[in-house]
Amino acid sequence: MKFWIPSCLLLAAATAAALIVENEYFFFAGYTVLMFVVLATAWNILGGYAGYVNFGTPAFFGLGAYTAAVLFKAFALPLGLQILAAAAVSGLLGLVAGVLTLRLRGIFFAIATIALVVIMETLIINWRYAGGATGLQLLRPAPTLPFDSYIKMLFVLMGAMAIGAVALARWIEGSWVGRGLRAIRDSEEAAECSGVPTLRLKVFACVLSGALMGAAGAPMPMYLSFIEPASTFNLNYAIGALASPMIGGTGHFLGPVIGALLLSSIQQLVTVTISSELNVLIVGVLLVLFVVVAPEGIVGLVRKWMRRISR
Amino acid sequence: MRRGDPAPHFFDAPMIFSFELLYEAVIFGILLGCFYAAVSIGLSVAFGLLDVPHVAHPAVMVSGAYGTWVLAGYGFDPILAGLTLMPLFFLFGMALYRFYYEAFEKRGSNAGVRGIAFFFGVALIIEVGLIVLYGVDQRTVEASYVGSSIDFGDMRIPQRFLVGGGVALVLMATLTLYLSKTFTGRAIKAVAQDEPALRLMGADPVRIKQWAFGIATAVAALSGALLIIIGPVEPALDRVYIGRTFSVVVLAGLGSMTGTLAAGLILGISESIVLMLFGASWAPAVSFGLLLLVLAVRPQGLFGR
Repeated sequence: MKFWIPSCLLLAAATAAALIVENEYFFFAGYTVLMFVVLATAWNILGGYAGYVNFGTPAFFGLGAYTAAVLFKAFALPLGLQILAAAAVSGLLGLVAGVLTLRLRGIFFAIATIALVVIMETLIINWRYAGGATGLQLLRPAPTLPFDSYIKMLFVLMGAMAIGAVALARWIEGSWVGRGLRAIRDSEEAAECSGVPTLRLKVFACVLSGALMGAAGAPMPMYLSFIEPASTFNLNYAIGALASPMIGGTGHFLGPVIGALLLSSIQQLVTVTISSELNVLIVGVLLVLFVVVAPEGIVGLVRKWMRRISR
Repeated sequence: MRRGDPAPHFFDAPMIFSFELLYEAVIFGILLGCFYAAVSIGLSVAFGLLDVPHVAHPAVMVSGAYGTWVLAGYGFDPILAGLTLMPLFFLFGMALYRFYYEAFEKRGSNAGVRGIAFFFGVALIIEVGLIVLYGVDQRTVEASYVGSSIDFGDMRIPQRFLVGGGVALVLMATLTLYLSKTFTGRAIKAVAQDEPALRLMGADPVRIKQWAFGIATAVAALSGALLIIIGPVEPALDRVYIGRTFSVVVLAGLGSMTGTLAAGLILGISESIVLMLFGASWAPAVSFGLLLLVLAVRPQGLFGR
């Protein structure tokens, strides 16, 4: 209840804002911020709890986006089904990648996920039905009532997905799955010896994380009414998904949320006012700084600070 | 060859096959393969021998290419420029490893995730630093061997590939000799095989690793010079080379120098054949597909320990 009441209130507030506020830009920017909350939370399930670094966020995200776009083009599937299908397909990619490479040490999995991005992008570039390298123009259907614009509807939808993703991460954190994953992160041999089904848990986390990333990507074609490979499989998604939990704190489900809110807000400010290069530079510097100085992230800093006060 | 080359559609590429073309593709692939081996050899030391998850290595290499470009502006020959940069990169590499050691390896637990994230951040900083300094435009160097080509019967081989391949072979031979014949070289191999044992023998593994990492980074300077000789260079080029270099190192079997050459050749020839059969848009997937295949089937590589 401590989690669900504030979340429902937030979602209700977002819906109310979408119905009242006229200016679309706010929702346009807010959608991206919420999307990064989902991506960072998804990344943290495998990267934060189990300690397996995934550089392949764009592969899962892009596969989800393309699944949705192709299904829309072929059958004009409604958005809800597009998201489900995208989650299923990206989850399947997670299963294949996980079974093939999660047996190996973490660095090999990290490299394999970089490979995944390029392979996915190459496949899509060479797939003419999905628009190839030039991309695909899509016509948005009319927004569902009570919303008067599609962007506002997507904003609320992404808000609901963000809450769902965080709830899932929170459940994992408290359950035996999360305990198993943390045991893997601390010492895989010890976990294996104590009877933790390490490979199965890792693959499960990989599938779940991939499915969430795919779901986060699914509304993207509708959001832009356009999709093309270079920006869909962009490394920036990997940077955001990895840096947010690292900066916010990987140990707690709120860590990725705080990190994503912080980084996306910086991004909105800096990219719009100064330049997108500077934004990447700031993320890089923050990432190195936090990883070296504050390994537990912002959540860790706050905890340390509270302990000091209570003493 | 590069990502983003215009050749978007599946069947647009000519599907002509003949043994002459295949022969040409293999010759070209061998030269390309020597080049790939040369750009991977630094990583083969840093990741293969020292076990440092150095995903920023290609970014260091690209900064070497930019250093070469700057020096070439003052009239340096590109290869000479690369050699001139080596001491500077050596010092940078030693400093980088020292920092990594103090911040992660020394603290022990959970160094894996943070180490990878750290080098990823370093790669981002280098990439954006290059953009801020020199812009996003592609850069090339001038030299007598960059533009011209030599005819062998019916086939024309661009001279820059011969130079690249030649330098690659010299570099590999030097490093192989260094690692097997000199005292420090053997110490580096020893630290890779059994670090605690080395510590018991009274040697300081951290100092040796620092030295080796310096060498790996110095090699990256020369690789960068080769990079800009072979083709134009832009700050984001490191992203493609992460896949190429890591796939060569993993395919080789971690830390094997002969393996690095063999793996480079395998990658070069397969890329070249795919390029001929299916067109440029499929080529980037070759290295990564090969990498996934190796990881799935034979993770210890061809010449693995």
